[in-house]
Amino acid sequence: MLEHLPALQVAIALTAAPLVMMFGRATRLAWAVATLACWASLAVALMLFVQVADGSVISYEMGGWAPPWGIEYSIDAANAWVLVIIGLISAIVMPFARQSVEQEISESRTALFYSAFLLANAGLIGITVTADAFNIFVFFEISALASYALIAMGRDRRAILSSFQYLIMGTVGTTFLLIGIGFLYIMTGTLNLGDLAARLPEVSDTRTIRAAFGFIAVGISLKLALFPLHLWLPNAYTYAPSMVTVFLSATATKVAIYVLLRFVYTVFGFEFSFVELAMAWLLMPLAVLGIFIPSLVAVFQTNVKRLLAYSSVAQVGYMILGISFASALGLTASILHLFNHAITKAALFMAVGCLVYRLGGVSLTQLAGAGQRMPWTMAAFVVAGLSLIGIPLTAGFVTKWHLLQAALEGGLWPIAVFLLGTSLLAALYIWKVVEVAYFQEPENPDTAVSEAPLGMLIPTLVLTASTVVFGVFGNFTVASAQTAAAVLMGAAP
Amino acid sequence: MSDATMIALPLLVPLVGLLLIVASGRVAALRDAVTVVTAATMFTAVLQLLPRVSAGERPRLELFEFFPGLGITFEVEPLGMVFALLASGLWIITAIYAIGYMRGAKEKHHTRFHAFFAVALFSATGIAFAGNMLTLFVFYEVLTLSTYPLVAHKGSEVAKRGARTYLGLLLGTSVGFLLMAILLTWWLAGTLDFTPGGIMAGTVDPAYGSILLVLFLYGIGKAALMPFHRWLPAAMVAPTPVSALLHAVAVVKAGVFTVLKVTVYLFGLDYLTELWTSDVMLYIAVFTLLTASLVALRQDNLKARLAYSTVSQLSYIVVGAMLVNSIAALGGSMHIVMHAFGKITLFFCAGAIYVATKKTEISDMDGLGRRMPFTYAAFFIGALCVIGIPPLGGVWSKWHLMSGAFDAGYGLVVIALMISTLLNIGYLIPPVVRGFLLPSKDGEETGMREAPLLCVLPLSLTALGCLILFVAAKPLAELLSGMLVVPVP
Amino acid sequence: MEWLGHYNYWVVVVLMMIGFYIVIAQGNLIKKLVGLNIFQTSVFVFFISLAYLEDGTAPIALEGVSEYSNPLPHVLILTAIVVGVALTAMGLALVVRVQETYGTIEEDEIHQQDDLH
Repeated sequence: MLEHLPALQVAIALTAAPLVMMFGRATRLAWAVATLACWASLAVALMLFVQVADGSVISYEMGGWAPPWGIEYSIDAANAWVLVIIGLISAIVMPFARQSVEQEISESRTALFYSAFLLANAGLIGITVTADAFNIFVFFEISALASYALIAMGRDRRAILSSFQYLIMGTVGTTFLLIGIGFLYIMTGTLNLGDLAARLPEVSDTRTIRAAFGFIAVGISLKLALFPLHLWLPNAYTYAPSMVTVFLSATATKVAIYVLLRFVYTVFGFEFSFVELAMAWLLMPLAVLGIFIPSLVAVFQTNVKRLLAYSSVAQVGYMILGISFASALGLTASILHLFNHAITKAALFMAVGCLVYRLGGVSLTQLAGAGQRMPWTMAAFVVAGLSLIGIPLTAGFVTKWHLLQAALEGGLWPIAVFLLGTSLLAALYIWKVVEVAYFQEPENPDTAVSEAPLGMLIPTLVLTASTVVFGVFGNFTVASAQTAAAVLMGAAP
Repeated sequence: MSDATMIALPLLVPLVGLLLIVASGRVAALRDAVTVVTAATMFTAVLQLLPRVSAGERPRLELFEFFPGLGITFEVEPLGMVFALLASGLWIITAIYAIGYMRGAKEKHHTRFHAFFAVALFSATGIAFAGNMLTLFVFYEVLTLSTYPLVAHKGSEVAKRGARTYLGLLLGTSVGFLLMAILLTWWLAGTLDFTPGGIMAGTVDPAYGSILLVLFLYGIGKAALMPFHRWLPAAMVAPTPVSALLHAVAVVKAGVFTVLKVTVYLFGLDYLTELWTSDVMLYIAVFTLLTASLVALRQDNLKARLAYSTVSQLSYIVVGAMLVNSIAALGGSMHIVMHAFGKITLFFCAGAIYVATKKTEISDMDGLGRRMPFTYAAFFIGALCVIGIPPLGGVWSKWHLMSGAFDAGYGLVVIALMISTLLNIGYLIPPVVRGFLLPSKDGEETGMREAPLLCVLPLSLTALGCLILFVAAKPLAELLSGMLVVPVP
Repeated sequence: MEWLGHYNYWVVVVLMMIGFYIVIAQGNLIKKLVGLNIFQTSVFVFFISLAYLEDGTAPIALEGVSEYSNPLPHVLILTAIVVGVALTAMGLALVVRVQETYGTIEEDEIHQQDDLH
C-alpha cells in the first residue's frame, strides 16, 4: 500500500470526481464525499512529504512499466512541498465551500461543481507528481478544463466571458508548452524528465533546444500569470465563485511556478538556464515590473476581489524575483513564498467569501461598517492582510526576510530597497479596505447584517491563524524550503 | 521567581487585561475597573524586576527561534527597565484619567479604546525588554498598528486623514529604512543581539556604519526627526488620553528609546565616533529641536503646540545619543523620564480644559486659570519641568545634556540648547499667563468650574511627580549609568 | 532547394501563424475558437512530422522491413486531439452561454453591454 502512495495521490481525486457527479441532487452527500476525498489527498500528501523530507526521492512506475517507456511518478522534497500546499488548501476550503456553494451555485449544478473541483484538484496534483513531460501537458489541460467550468459558474454573467478569455490564453499557453516538449523529444527521444536531464547536455548547444526552452518558458509563464502575460487572471479571480477563487489563487499559479522550476533547474539545468541563456536578466526586469505595476493597479481597485487578484499577480512577481537571483537562497525564498503566499491569499479570499456571503458583493462601498458587523471576518482579513504586507510574526515576513537576504547576497541593493518599497504599496491597498470596513458608517445602517456562518468562519480563522503560526515558527517551513531548493539545485530526480 | 516568569508576567498582564476588558465590555463600571486593575498589576509586575536590575543582573528570556540563530528574546537592562516602569506607571494614572475623560467628553466605543490601550502597553513593554533588534522591531510594529485605531477613534474624516498620515509615516519609515538597516546589520555583523559596547566594532566597515546610522535614525520614525515628524501633530486628533500617554510617553519614547538602544548597544559609543554621519545626524537633531520650537510658537491649538514641543524635546534625546559621550547619553536617557512626566501633565491639562469647556484654541482660553486653578497650576509645573527650571526634574537632564555637549567641545550645540530653552519658555508660559491674568472673553463667571475629579486627580499626581523627580534624579542616574558599563571580557 | 524537403514544417509554421492571428484579431468568439483549433492542429502536424522517417513504414512488425515510423508521437497526438476536442467543446459551451446571456457573440458588442477590464 505504502509504495503506491504516489499513484493514490492522483487516483483519489480522479475517482471521486465521477462518483460525486452521480449524486445529482443529493448535494450534501456530494459535498461530503468530495470533502473526504480532499482530506484523504492531504493525508497522502503529508505521508509523502514525511518520506522525502530528508532529501530522498521516491520513484513510482505507473502500471509497472519502467521509465523511460512507462510514465514515472517521482516525488522529492520540491514537489512534495507543492503537494502539501494543494492538499492543505483543498482540505480547508471544502468545509468552507458547503454554505458558500449553496448560495452561489444552483442546486442542480452543485454535484457537477464539486466534480469539476475534484478534477481541477486531480489535475494540479497530477502536474506535480508526474515526471513525464507529456503527462504534465495532459494534466495541465485536465485542471484547466475543469477550472474553466468552475469559473464560468460564477454568479456574475461576466464570469462566462472571463472563463472564455482564460480558455483562449490558457490553451495558447499549454500549446506552447506542447511545442517545446516536441522540440525536446526530437533532440533526445525521451519524455521522461530525468532522462531528458541526462541527455540534454550533449545537444544543448543547438538552436532547437534554445527554441524549446523559449516555448516552454513562455507557455508556463502564461499559466503562472507572469506579468505581462497575466491578463486572464484578474477577471477570472474576480468573477469566479468564492471557493473557486480561494482554491485557484492558492494553488494554480503555484503549481505552474513549480513546473517552471522543474524545467529550469532539473531538465535544462542551472548551467544552461542561467549561465548560457542568462535567464536571470530576462526574469528580473519582468519580476520587478510584475511586482510594481500590478501593485499600483491594485491600489486603485474598488472591488476587493479584483484588488486581491492584482495583488496575486504582484506576488507571483516576488516568486519569480527569487528565482531570478539564481542562488540557493533566492530559490529557497521563492519556494517558501509558494507556501506562505498560498495560505495568506487563501485566507484573504476566504474572508472575502464570507463578506460576499453576507453582503452580496465586495465593492468598497458595500464594505462600509463591516468591521462592526462582521468582526471576526474582518479580523481575519486584517491579520492575513498583515501577512500579505509582510509584517513581522506573520508568514509573509518570513518570506520577505529571506528574499531580502537573497537580494543582499547577490549584491542587489536597489532590489532590496525596491522590495521594501513595494510592501508599502501592499500596505496601501490592504489599508484602503480596512479603513472603509472599520471607520466608515454603513450606507444602510438599518438592515441587519450578522457574522458569517460558523461553517465558513471556522476554516477562515484556522487558515488565518496558520499565517501567524508559520510566521512565528518559521524554522520549520524554512528548513523544508531549503531541502526542496537543495534537491532542485542538486542532481536530477 | 525565575527569570522567565518575571519577564513574561509584565507582558502577559496587559494581554489578560485585554481579554477581560473585552469580556466585560457591556458593563461600563466593571470594564473601567478592570482597566485600572490591569494597569496596577502590570506596574507591580514590572517593579519586581527593579531590584535585580539595579543590582546589576540582566534577566533573560528566550522565547523561540524565528530563524536559525535569530529569535524572540528578552533581556532587561537599566534603560529598558526605566522605560517599562515609566510606561506602566503612567498607565495607571492615565487609565483613571481616561475614564474621566471618555465619559466627560462623551466619546464612543469605550471598550475598543481601552482594549487597544492595553495592546499598546503590551507592545511598549515588549520594546523595553527586547533582547535583540528583531524582537524590538516586532513590537515596534505592533505598537504602530495597535495605536492606529486609537488615533482614528473618532471616525470623522479629519481623524481618518490624521490616522492615515500616522500609519503611513510610521509604517513607511520602519519598513523602508529600519527593516533595511536591521537586515544589513544582520548581514554584516551576523547578530542582532543588544550587547554592551556594541556589535559593530570590528565587523562593520565604518563606511557602511555611517549609512546604517542614517537608516536607523530615520527608520525609527517614532523619534520624529525632521522631516519625518508630521505623524505626531497628525496623531493629535486622537482623544487626549492617547495623546498624553502614547504620544507624549509610550510611542514617542519608544522611538527615542530605540535610538538610544541602537546607539549604545548596537553601534557602541566608541564605534559611533568613527562615523562621519554621527555629526550630520547631530545637527539634523539640533535643527529639528529649534525648528519644532519655532513652529510650536505659532500654534494656537493647544494640543498642536504641545505636539510640536514634543517633536522638539525628542530631539534633545537624539542629540544626547549623537553627542557620543556618556554624560550626554545619560542626560538623554534621563530626559525620557523627565519629559514624560512634564508632557503628560501638560496633555492632561489640555484634556481637562477640553472636557470642562470644550475649548481647544489657546486664544479662547483667556482667564480660564481663575476658574480651573488646579489644572492651571499643574500646567505651570509641567511647563517648568519641560523647560528645565529647578526645582523640577527637567533641570537635571538638560544639565547633563549641556555639560555633555560642553565636554565634547560642541559649543554650537550648547548655544542651540540655550536658545531652545528660551523658546520653550516662549511657547509654554503664555498659556498660563493668559489663563491667570487676562480677562475672560465670554464675560467673567465667578466660582470654580474644574473638570471632573477623575481628570484633575491624575494631573495633580503627575505634577507632583515632576517635583519629586527633582529629588529622585540621583538614584535614577545611578540606575541608568549601568547601561554604559561595558563588561571587560 | 533543400528547405523544400522540409515542406511539412513550413506548413506547420504557416498554420500556426494563421491560427494565432485569428485568435488575436477576430472579435467573433466562434472564429476565435476556430483559430485556436488551427493553431493546435499545426502542433499536431508538427508532432506527426517528427515521427516520420524516410522510407519508414507503419510500426508493425513485418518480414523484411527494418525502418519504422516512431509510434510514440502518434500516440501522444491521439491524446492531444482528445484534449483539443474537449477544449473545443468547452469553448463552444461557453459561447452558447454567452449567446444566451448577451444575445451576441461579437466581442465589441459584448463590451458595450458589460465593461470587462
